[in-house]
Amino acid sequence: MSFVEYSDFIQDGDVAIVYLSHDSMMPVKVQQGAQTQTRYGVIRHSTDLIGQRYGSKVTCSKGGWVQVLHPTPELWTVSLPHRTQILYTTDIATITMMLELKPGSVVCESGTGSGSLSHAILRTIAPTGHLHTVEFHQQRAEKVAEEFKEHRVDHLVTVRNQDVCKDGFGVTGVADAVFLDIPSPWEAVKHAKAAMKKQGGRVSSFSPCIEQVQRTCEALADQGFEEINTLEILLRVHDIRTVSLALPDFGPDPSAQTQPDANEKAPPPTSGPNHASVTLKTTTPPREIPGHTGYLTFATKPRT
Amino acid sequence: MADNGDEDSQYKIKEGDYVVLKRGDIYKAMQIQPRKKVIFEKQWFFLDNAVDHLYSTTFEIMSGGTLQPKKPKDTAGSNGAKEAGTDNRNIVDDGKSQKLTRDDIETLKEQGLKGQEIIQQLIENSATFRDKTEYAQDKYIKKKKKKYENTVTILKPSCRILAMMYHGREPGKICHLRYDTLAQMLTLANIHAGSKVLVFDTCAGLVLGAVMERMGGYGSVIQMYPGGGPVRAGVESFGFPAHFHDMLHEFPICHVNPLLAGTLDTTAKDPNADEKQSNKAAEEEQNQPEAEQQGSPEERSMETNAGDDAGQEQEKKEKEKRKEAKAQEKKVKLEEKRKKLAAAAALLESRNADGLVIASRFHPCPVLMGLLKFLSPSRPFVVYSQYKEPLIECYTKLREHGGTVNLRLTDTWLRHYQVLPNRTHPVLLMSGGGGYLLSGTTVAMDRPKPAGSQRAEEPAPKRLKLTDTEG
Repeated sequence: MSFVEYSDFIQDGDVAIVYLSHDSMMPVKVQQGAQTQTRYGVIRHSTDLIGQRYGSKVTCSKGGWVQVLHPTPELWTVSLPHRTQILYTTDIATITMMLELKPGSVVCESGTGSGSLSHAILRTIAPTGHLHTVEFHQQRAEKVAEEFKEHRVDHLVTVRNQDVCKDGFGVTGVADAVFLDIPSPWEAVKHAKAAMKKQGGRVSSFSPCIEQVQRTCEALADQGFEEINTLEILLRVHDIRTVSLALPDFGPDPSAQTQPDANEKAPPPTSGPNHASVTLKTTTPPREIPGHTGYLTFATKPRT
Repeated sequence: MADNGDEDSQYKIKEGDYVVLKRGDIYKAMQIQPRKKVIFEKQWFFLDNAVDHLYSTTFEIMSGGTLQPKKPKDTAGSNGAKEAGTDNRNIVDDGKSQKLTRDDIETLKEQGLKGQEIIQQLIENSATFRDKTEYAQDKYIKKKKKKYENTVTILKPSCRILAMMYHGREPGKICHLRYDTLAQMLTLANIHAGSKVLVFDTCAGLVLGAVMERMGGYGSVIQMYPGGGPVRAGVESFGFPAHFHDMLHEFPICHVNPLLAGTLDTTAKDPNADEKQSNKAAEEEQNQPEAEQQGSPEERSMETNAGDDAGQEQEKKEKEKRKEAKAQEKKVKLEEKRKKLAAAAALLESRNADGLVIASRFHPCPVLMGLLKFLSPSRPFVVYSQYKEPLIECYTKLREHGGTVNLRLTDTWLRHYQVLPNRTHPVLLMSGGGGYLLSGTTVAMDRPKPAGSQRAEEPAPKRLKLTDTEG
């Protein structure tokens, strides 16, 4: 297992995702002799996980069962331990495409936070790219570095514990893309520019508030960035349901009776009027949906 | 990682390169060909002297269609005298504020004035310009710039640019797949270097190209195609290096059933199934050039009454030679095609693909149910459809069939913002719809069980409740 390479069988030391339901998943560090408690009972790693195929069904002690999935950045995003607010897959997908990330890209990111976006970046830029990520909170920086090691992607990433607004990214002239998710991105714009290749590249900033966007766009324009563009992406999930709509009872229809022809052709059109209904498959929107995550601002650094 | 000696060579525009032209928000994909007239946004020009310039250079279109790199500080734009009104209480629309007539403007254009200069003329001859608010002046200039500026920027193609281009220019060709939806697909399918991905794409090859870009030449992509051959116009526009094409395989969707049944023979005498098809294609190929030359029946009649004329004889011989060469070529091609099919079949046969991406004009249900069989367990798949209803059907089928978890039917909303000092707001027009996605993850099937017996196997009532609420 690695977050950048699929494998078929679960091994000691892997991180596997235990799938309980679509809104309940947990990451498990697979260790010989270890146990994991779920609401369906206990999973014994040595017998239930190690040597099993990813995607197989594991029966827990209480008789219920779960699926064990190969980790992906997307599954990690919905199961990771939060140390901060995180970016979710919808925004991550947009960022990845708009920053033009691909194998070999060199990317700068700040702050690292809980590493939700970092894993997605690493997946995309492997095997030849590199991520320079900056996190000013020491404990978070250490924790995320540990996770990168556990997930076997540490060869693709450098974590720096410093303040990006003051000290920059710790590299200059190497990045194809820069991503900022910090409270005052406008203070880091000049560092972003310095970190980027002289041939140019793409930059992106994520901010929840429009005032932050305003200041960031100004700073980007001041630093000579082009194609400045702000957008927002919202995800709509459609719940699939079978619904039945009752048909109203209009009472006996005398006009139908006076037409013998119609009566003969369709004999019992009015039978069981009380419980007549039509069932259909449709989707319903969830009662509440996230209405705003943040504004995404993108820009191009021209060649300097 | 770091810059090296020939750092700029890969950033230079070369002859034969696939590029994207850009003005404002309009894009057009192109190949750089010598002395080829290009029409873009109602203007024609030649790309010849763009060669050897760096990508992302903005050019000015000069008379005669030549391009000249625009000087960086040409975009002054500000109107010298900073004079502006505060409101529009005294501005009356009498239709006479612009003193230049249409003919005047045409003459200016014919004189070969630059866009910038025409705009300046328009401003100077506008009676109301000075009374307009600063913001209205800005807007006026922006509008005129859009109309009169004759510049074009040449970009290196990327998934971002091509997806935006297709969506803007020819949404019908890509089943109205919006670029943010394509972005979701690439991420939800966990597309990355080193995996083995199945792609079924009738979106001009845009999705296929996007997948290939994300894989960077590592791993393999099997393009499943309907009809006579795969469509790859979109892929070409990406201008991938040659080695990217080594990872690309193709397999006709009409061979899926035989392959699954184990009756597809691609080894020795595969011909039966395959050659018939390729023969047909070959015939078509053959007919075309012949028709151009003379038409085949005529040719045959010539053969019968030959012998009188030595010249004719020779001609005939040459023709035969050509024919032979062609036949030989065809044989080689056929053999190549067979080999390719065998290679793709071998990749599929192991049924251990790492991802599946479907974006087509076909009903997604049979496509998904057919192709899902080639995936390993615990691998993501994503299906695009312009419409929601067929994906509801897919979802229902998958739940009946089993073998998948984490099913989600989604779509995304995309909203652009104008961000300007004191003028920040959502852009007035937004895209109405970018299509729908059904995504999920494969899991191991328990064992083939008769339909409907699913319920009996469910152990605890607790779990039953769980699946019921699963969305």
